[in-house]
Amino acid sequence: MKNSPVKTIVAIGIGAALFFVLGRFVAIPSPVPNTNISTQYGLLAFMAVLFGPVAGALIGLIGHALIDFSYGWGIWWSWVIASACFGALVGLISSRLRVAEGEFGAKDIVTFNVCQIIAHVIAWGLIAPVLDILMYAEPANKVFMQGLVGGIANIVTTAIIGTILCIAYAATRPKAGSLRKEG
Amino acid sequence: MSEPLLEFQNFGFQYKAQQEPTLENINLKVNKGEKILIAGPSGCGKSTLAHCINGLIPFSFTGTMTGSMRIKGTESKELGLFGIAKTVGTVLQDSDGQFIGLTAAEDIAFALENDCVPDPELHERVQATAALVDMDGHLSHAPADLSGGQKQRIALAGIMVNQVDVLLFDEPLANLDPAAGKTAIDLIDQLQKKTGAAVIIIEHRLEDVLYRSVDRIVLMGEGKILADLPPAELLCAGLLAENGIRDPLYLTALRYAGVRVTPDMRPESIRTLTLSPEDKAKVRDWMRDNPEKAAKQPGEPLLEAEHVRFAYANGHEALKDVSVTVREGELLAIVGTNGAGKSTFSKVVCGFETLSSGTIRFKGTADWQSLSIKERADRVGYVMQNPNQMISQTLIFDEVALGLRARGVPEEEIRPRVEDTLKVCGLWPFRSWPVSALSYGQKKRVTIASILVMRPQVIILDEPTAGQDYRHYTDIMEFLRELGRSGITIVMITHDMHLMLEYADRAVVFSGGKVIRTDTSAGVLTDPDVIRRASLKETSLYDLAKLCGIEDAKSFVQRFIDYEREVERP
Amino acid sequence: MRNVFNYIDRKSPIHELTGAAKLVCLLLWSFAAMATYDTRFLLVLPVISLALFFASGIRLRDVSFVLGFTVVFMVLNNVLVFVFAPQHGVSLYGTKHVLFSLGGYFVVTAEQLFYHLNLVLKYLSTIPIVLLFVCTTNPSEFAASLNRIGVKYTVAYAVSLALRYIPDIQREYHEISQAQQARGIEMSKKQTLVKRLKSAAAILIPLIMSSMDRIEVISNAMELRGFGKNKKRTWYMGRPFKAADIAAMAFGAALAVTALVLNRVNGGRFWNPFLAG
Repeated sequence: MKNSPVKTIVAIGIGAALFFVLGRFVAIPSPVPNTNISTQYGLLAFMAVLFGPVAGALIGLIGHALIDFSYGWGIWWSWVIASACFGALVGLISSRLRVAEGEFGAKDIVTFNVCQIIAHVIAWGLIAPVLDILMYAEPANKVFMQGLVGGIANIVTTAIIGTILCIAYAATRPKAGSLRKEG
Repeated sequence: MSEPLLEFQNFGFQYKAQQEPTLENINLKVNKGEKILIAGPSGCGKSTLAHCINGLIPFSFTGTMTGSMRIKGTESKELGLFGIAKTVGTVLQDSDGQFIGLTAAEDIAFALENDCVPDPELHERVQATAALVDMDGHLSHAPADLSGGQKQRIALAGIMVNQVDVLLFDEPLANLDPAAGKTAIDLIDQLQKKTGAAVIIIEHRLEDVLYRSVDRIVLMGEGKILADLPPAELLCAGLLAENGIRDPLYLTALRYAGVRVTPDMRPESIRTLTLSPEDKAKVRDWMRDNPEKAAKQPGEPLLEAEHVRFAYANGHEALKDVSVTVREGELLAIVGTNGAGKSTFSKVVCGFETLSSGTIRFKGTADWQSLSIKERADRVGYVMQNPNQMISQTLIFDEVALGLRARGVPEEEIRPRVEDTLKVCGLWPFRSWPVSALSYGQKKRVTIASILVMRPQVIILDEPTAGQDYRHYTDIMEFLRELGRSGITIVMITHDMHLMLEYADRAVVFSGGKVIRTDTSAGVLTDPDVIRRASLKETSLYDLAKLCGIEDAKSFVQRFIDYEREVERP
Repeated sequence: MRNVFNYIDRKSPIHELTGAAKLVCLLLWSFAAMATYDTRFLLVLPVISLALFFASGIRLRDVSFVLGFTVVFMVLNNVLVFVFAPQHGVSLYGTKHVLFSLGGYFVVTAEQLFYHLNLVLKYLSTIPIVLLFVCTTNPSEFAASLNRIGVKYTVAYAVSLALRYIPDIQREYHEISQAQQARGIEMSKKQTLVKRLKSAAAILIPLIMSSMDRIEVISNAMELRGFGKNKKRTWYMGRPFKAADIAAMAFGAALAVTALVLNRVNGGRFWNPFLAG
């Protein structure tokens, strides 16, 4: 299924709004005290699979920037850009998956998760820390450690929430003629 | 004769994903300045027809078109979506979906911005169009600050800002309270007279649309046009009920009384209806022969709220000294406008919000406030308006079992409980289906089942019949009535007056955070003061009673309700 | 929360500036503050932003709620930097003046403290100005401003849509989570992490699936009203630049140039007082 340009724009807007609401208000306590789990990356991966790399990048960029704006702690560009890259990278597999046609089987689950893990590793293991060093001259071991912790947490949430979302969405698009009432 | 604005000739359409055509053999003409009502049950193809009129078909939805559909003489498929939009303006059913600007002014300006209209013309035209729909005082308001009716006016302004020749309304009454609906129909009428545009209204609430005159009614069923007649003739043709459209109540009452209705009696509206003295006598005789039934014996108080107050964090006091008693085994309707406090009240009862003062007792014990949301839910279940907002599982069984699993009920106990509930709710044949394969009404049943399975004594339903046609409405309501008979107490939050009239034992009327009346439905809907304050609408039965010289209109309405329950829907 | 941006509608010269000019200023300012670690320059920026705050008529209590977050964030980040790299300052500035030891690995040096001072100044140079932008820019003007500075209008409108629907989605999330809580779904610490995430999914699935339907409705509504018809569009909330806007943007540009010149003069991003002495 090909999405119309306007539909993609709307998906970016609504996706960013969802990313924002999940990032700001869906607080799931994590095992580390005083920190919450970021469910929004599961959403971002799901939207990127449906709408492609450009939409993925922009949802991450706009959604994350709006979260930073609303907290008032300035825009942490290095992490915003990392979110955008994650969205773009996952979006690259959108043409290989057919979630909108109702297909998301075991093989697709593996593809999706391998891709999201690679994307998270690149985003938080490479892009975010390197940008932190370049922009803010922060010590390397600190930013790589932060990236590692954040990256692993994000991989876990994306694996669970992203996968469940893809399965649920694929299931809302049943193939015709496969259903019959039972007595 | 001048060329028609819209003309369908042997037109048909089949969606790409469908096996059968959704529209077949459509022949329809709409002329300049006409006002047409398109009616039909869900799935009859009326929304698809609307998409064909505004160009979403074929430009947004893919499928196969047959025959011809011309707009001002040009085939629509040659005009393109933007070309069609110059002639046809659409007001969608979902006013929040259509309201895309951050403020009213920006939303009205949207189409002009896309046309690159520069300032100062841009601001001038927005101002002028806002004035046309009487919203020029609200230009800087965000959608959250506007009522449903006001949002619809903005949507209307947003399409009228370009001078279109056809105004297309998709279910304009679906999200409005009765008074706002009446105002909307009035406004559409005025605008048509002012601009000379043709108006097409797609709606299944016939009586409410006919509050102002229309030229023709197009009745649709199963993808075909079944009738295309002036209202008076269609109403006398007896086609409505069998095609899932509710007859106006006053006509139903006349039928019960044995009055034969003919087009020359001008039956299209209660205000134009003329009855001969003999007909009036027949109605009076019917009333005499059908005495009021004794009211159902009221049950014991089950849920008692006394002097409940509640204020939101921003200081807005949503409940001001509210006292409501829900009695065992009754069907209670809670009515009032948006913001009157009826939803807040149910949230306070369920523990979603904490009351600031007052008490709530359940079965006479006062420990209700100390119970958690989950514990309250074991006694009082809550069903949201939109089933899509509750359903999270792919399979029906899992969805219904969700609450039990979360409560740690062992799986071997879950199975029989879920299966019993599925049987009660008529979902047994679908037990292994995915939820997504169900219709909206069936999904609604799934959500009710998912609450029932926890065996609450009271179920609160928010707008149980919203967005459903007459057949699905009757389906759901008869099901709820069955549940009521099995001993479950049912509270319905609604602004559907038919629902209240036909099914509720009693009604509690909210207005401005207070309860302004608790009475039978007949009592509420024949009291002009309560009607005005709660944005309800008087029932046409009341007007019929007056027309026939019946003094005690309330009793007439009560007898009508009793008769329907006893004779028509036993 | 009615608007994400916490826009506070007052009359002030800062509010008067067009959104586009403020956005350009913000970007140039952020660039300048990020580009250099010249302590003198980083001392000047917070002073200017304080003066701008004063001119904008925004009071401390208007923004007090975000200051809490910011302080926590600043302290936390400084502690983390110190814990991970107590000698980061030494490696940056190339000298080592030991002040005292906290035992073992944690030796406090003048260079490290100076680096922390710079880090704090960096936050103070970037955070208040973003806050000021947020408080004085009408969200309605934001999309028009983005388009003005060269962002494609379709993308700019996506930002506007996000701002429009955040309150709706937030309310919907709240309602769904209440109804699901009543069914016994909870995300509290009492449960295992995987169970918590599954509970979250039970709330997020209905929210996100109904948002997918919403995408459909909104894009139809937009296409029916001609969105995407032309290569450009006008904006109801767009305003032409005035002299003050040009001046503000020139000031932003001057800051950016100063930062680059300082980097050239200092022979790097750091102004190093330890070598001068």
